[in-house]
Amino acid sequence: MPVSSVMAMSEPMISATGLVKRYKDVEALAGLDLAVPEGKVLALLGPNGAGKTTAVRCLTTLLKPDAGAARVAGIDVLADPAAAKSKIGLSGQYAAVDEHLTAYENLVMIGRLYHLGRTRARARAQELLERFDLTEFASRPTKTYSGGQRRRLDLAGALVAAPPVIVLDEPTTGLDPRSRQLMWDVIRELVGDGATLLLTTQYLEEADVLADDIVVIDHGREIAHGTADELKAQTGGQRIEVVLVSPADSEAASRVLNEVAVGEVQVSGGGRELGAAVGDEAAGDLLRVLQAFERDAVKVLDVGLRRPTLDDVFLSLTGHDSTEADQ
Amino acid sequence: MSTMAQAVNDGWVVAQRNLIKIVRVPEILVFVLVSPIMFVLLFAYVFGGAIETPGVNYREWLIAGIFGQTIVFGATFTGAGLAEDMQKGIIDRFRSLPMSNSAVLVGRTSSDVVYNVLSLIIMAITGFIVGWRIREGFLDAIAGFALLLVFGYAISWVMAWVGLMVPSVEVINNASFIVIMPLTFVSNAFVPTSSFNSVLKPVVEWNPVSAVTQASRDLFGNTGVGPGSDAWSLQHPVAYTLFWVVGIIAMFAPLAVRQYRLTTSK
Repeated sequence: MPVSSVMAMSEPMISATGLVKRYKDVEALAGLDLAVPEGKVLALLGPNGAGKTTAVRCLTTLLKPDAGAARVAGIDVLADPAAAKSKIGLSGQYAAVDEHLTAYENLVMIGRLYHLGRTRARARAQELLERFDLTEFASRPTKTYSGGQRRRLDLAGALVAAPPVIVLDEPTTGLDPRSRQLMWDVIRELVGDGATLLLTTQYLEEADVLADDIVVIDHGREIAHGTADELKAQTGGQRIEVVLVSPADSEAASRVLNEVAVGEVQVSGGGRELGAAVGDEAAGDLLRVLQAFERDAVKVLDVGLRRPTLDDVFLSLTGHDSTEADQ
Repeated sequence: MSTMAQAVNDGWVVAQRNLIKIVRVPEILVFVLVSPIMFVLLFAYVFGGAIETPGVNYREWLIAGIFGQTIVFGATFTGAGLAEDMQKGIIDRFRSLPMSNSAVLVGRTSSDVVYNVLSLIIMAITGFIVGWRIREGFLDAIAGFALLLVFGYAISWVMAWVGLMVPSVEVINNASFIVIMPLTFVSNAFVPTSSFNSVLKPVVEWNPVSAVTQASRDLFGNTGVGPGSDAWSLQHPVAYTLFWVVGIIAMFAPLAVRQYRLTTSK
């Protein structure tokens, strides 16, 4: 990639330093730092109103931060927004397509506004339609498309100029599971092609599946940073989870779990589901629990060791769960 | 590409996108093609017998006025189109592209000239059927149409500016009605200047809509015995119209571009 050759080796493809953005009395960004090395995927994870979209808009020249700096592909976003725009493909939360134009017309228009020239814009549009599985509807106005098809077209629009940096703002919010899976496949392919990606999401699973590195934000500032595994490790060790055949065994099972548990044993599902955090000897603890169940004739449907999900991470970091709007 | 060439290219790409909609959005077709026919027929037959125009048949005299009124109303379309764009997702795509800042506005005002050309053609044909005739030379008539179009283009920039400030398409439709209705009715578009009372008469005489109507009416050869006024504006309607065109564009094009930047950087 020519861009990387002119940059210092150490400079990240996307970087933000001390970004601040205020709206009247709300501080949407309160000094956010981000860095994404070339070819990597960073997920910006947070609930609604955490400042994710504001951060994206500042990084992609759409919004001027009140303080701080942003650089993309070696270009100072604030000093030269036009040059920065030509390096970034942005796909937002709401599909930015013209609903009266067809998919093909939308993509050709975008190509011509990237100054590709008419012939190249047409060829590129055709190429992207095929790649994103949109050829079938390519000659219908986009207002007849499903949500997933529109998002795919929007993402195709972001890729028209083959930008080295791709920014996706909540790419799968509101999509059904099948469309989400399709979108994930597409995103993985982009990364395979060597693009550098910043994506925001409120789905913990999505960050886990797609990102190399996760920055958890809340109230416009970073509250945690690391790989999915590192973040999970922060909330402590693993958990033993048990599903009983009958709630009658609940008390006996709870007594057994209590012997190995770090902290309290949680009981739910009408007494049939029990869970407990355990220490470093998780496998040995599980073995002892099973032996005790055998001894006490506690019948179980399911027993397992589970690592904490990012939901658990979020709860322990912010004190509220990830789906809670906090504006 | 130079900045200027790029601005022209970008504006043209956006204009093409707007023009595709003529065939895709039925409301546009109605607005551009059907309503002008209705205006010609309504005015020709409702007011046809009631208004005296010395030296010329009223229907012949009227058509230039309907052209003027339709052109001015057509500018509402510019404002409504921009107001709609601002609320749709597509504006986010435009903003993320390395395109000229003025392209969305240049594209919209230019495609609306094409809409106006279509409206004028339809009205001219309808007018011809009800008895309108071009009495001067072909080139004079072309000059009359051209003057109407540049005037419409100038008003488009005013409405573009307004369209970027309003919260919804409905607001611009209502707001422009309140302004444009009196502007076109207190003019010589439908009623001769001489028949207004002494309070309204100076307003009619200096109203730019009167000037553009008078200018094209002269160029088509439909004036009859004269403009019915000694005011300089109606004695030199072409110059007076061009004065307004230049003034309006010089003032409102920069205002609209500035407003576009403000609106899109929120």
